[in-house]
Amino acid sequence: MGVLGEAWTWLTTGANWSGESGVAHRLGEHLYVSGVALALSCVIALPIALFLGHIGKGGALAVNISNVGRAVPVFAVLALFMVSPLRNSGYVPTIIALVLFAVPPLLTNAHVGMTEVDRSVTEAARGMGMSGGQLFVRVELPLAYPMIMTGLRSAAVQVVATATIAAMVGQGGLGRIITAGFNTYNTPQVVAGALLVAVLALLVETVLVALDRMLSPLRRRRTA
Amino acid sequence: MAGQNCLVTNDWICGEYLRSRSQELTDATVQHIWITAVSVAIGVAVAFPLALLARRSRRFAGPVLGLTTVLYTVPSLAMFSLLLPLFGLSAALVVTGLVLYSLTILVRNILAGLEAVPLEAKEAARGMGYGPARLLWEVELPLALPALMAGIRIATVSTVALTTIGSIVGRGGLGNLIDDALPSFFKAQVLAASVLCVLLAVVADLLLLGVQRLLTPWTRISRTRDAVDTAGAAKAV
Repeated sequence: MGVLGEAWTWLTTGANWSGESGVAHRLGEHLYVSGVALALSCVIALPIALFLGHIGKGGALAVNISNVGRAVPVFAVLALFMVSPLRNSGYVPTIIALVLFAVPPLLTNAHVGMTEVDRSVTEAARGMGMSGGQLFVRVELPLAYPMIMTGLRSAAVQVVATATIAAMVGQGGLGRIITAGFNTYNTPQVVAGALLVAVLALLVETVLVALDRMLSPLRRRRTA
Repeated sequence: MAGQNCLVTNDWICGEYLRSRSQELTDATVQHIWITAVSVAIGVAVAFPLALLARRSRRFAGPVLGLTTVLYTVPSLAMFSLLLPLFGLSAALVVTGLVLYSLTILVRNILAGLEAVPLEAKEAARGMGYGPARLLWEVELPLALPALMAGIRIATVSTVALTTIGSIVGRGGLGNLIDDALPSFFKAQVLAASVLCVLLAVVADLLLLGVQRLLTPWTRISRTRDAVDTAGAAKAV
């Protein structure tokens, strides 16, 4: 209880929130890096996955990419970037590493969602005279939507969680509060930082669940 | 000339490094394997009763699945730090964190495997006078084995990768070498440890696949194995 109490005291001390290494600045870095990485990953993964799903090819590719992603430690990838010339380019190493790890879940889920659309439904749509484009926008995309959002959710949570590791190689983000606490043997600060990161990850998950419900094409149809 | 100088010029690939530090590399690899193996073993031992509990009734299923999923969303650096007041700077800290992460994957896979056992098989066994324990051990478990092994494989591969984060408390196996090499930009060490880590994951996966084939000879005849991957994505490392 003692440590948790001290961690709470650390969190509620205003001075710990301000300045270059304060919570506010680190939170900003964390959200910026995660946001950019997630947006980039969507731009890269979704068009490929949706197109491959639409033409019904490349399933093995999606699965293999996802499996490879599991075996590679983010820490190692970030460390490799940090001993290369990339280390002098600001947030770039973190963002590249995060994109590498967000693409597999996005790609796999979107692809699975597209290929799991019932064959008879797409055939019926074609029978009604829908073109490939219409079929994609009005049938396949709405039906694949739940899987795409599941992928987006796991990618987002993963990105926010992984951005923490950036601190271990000296990059910014909330993880810095934890590593700084470790280096100064300040356990309350370590626990406070960990609590912040855990809460942020759960918050992102919650926001995305809400967003998922709001944007669901099936719900929109009901209210319209 | 190149042999000695690659340490001085800080090359990515350095034979001299591999030769002179082979003991250090071996020690780190052994620690890595040890931490991963213990974590997955404890994970299976904890996940199995939890899966049985979740199967028993809906009342337990919700909390068990919910809790293990929430644990999975906690970032690894935060998880290890949150456990710090409980365990101090020890290997137990890293192992506990890894066990908690493996639970999500393992519980879901074991549950999916047990629920996929055909009802006819269970009823036939009951008709033959099998009690619940014998039914579980001799009928349900063998039939759930492919799903169980798929879960163990996924859990092992992500645990190998996650173990590196344990270097924050100095118990990260190959992660320690990466951590040590960072301040001096020692490229050969970072690359060697990273490659070893990925190799370890691949070898572990292949070994487990072999074990699975040995344990379930009947699946090779009828159909190919379908992996149950309910956890969705790899755990952030």
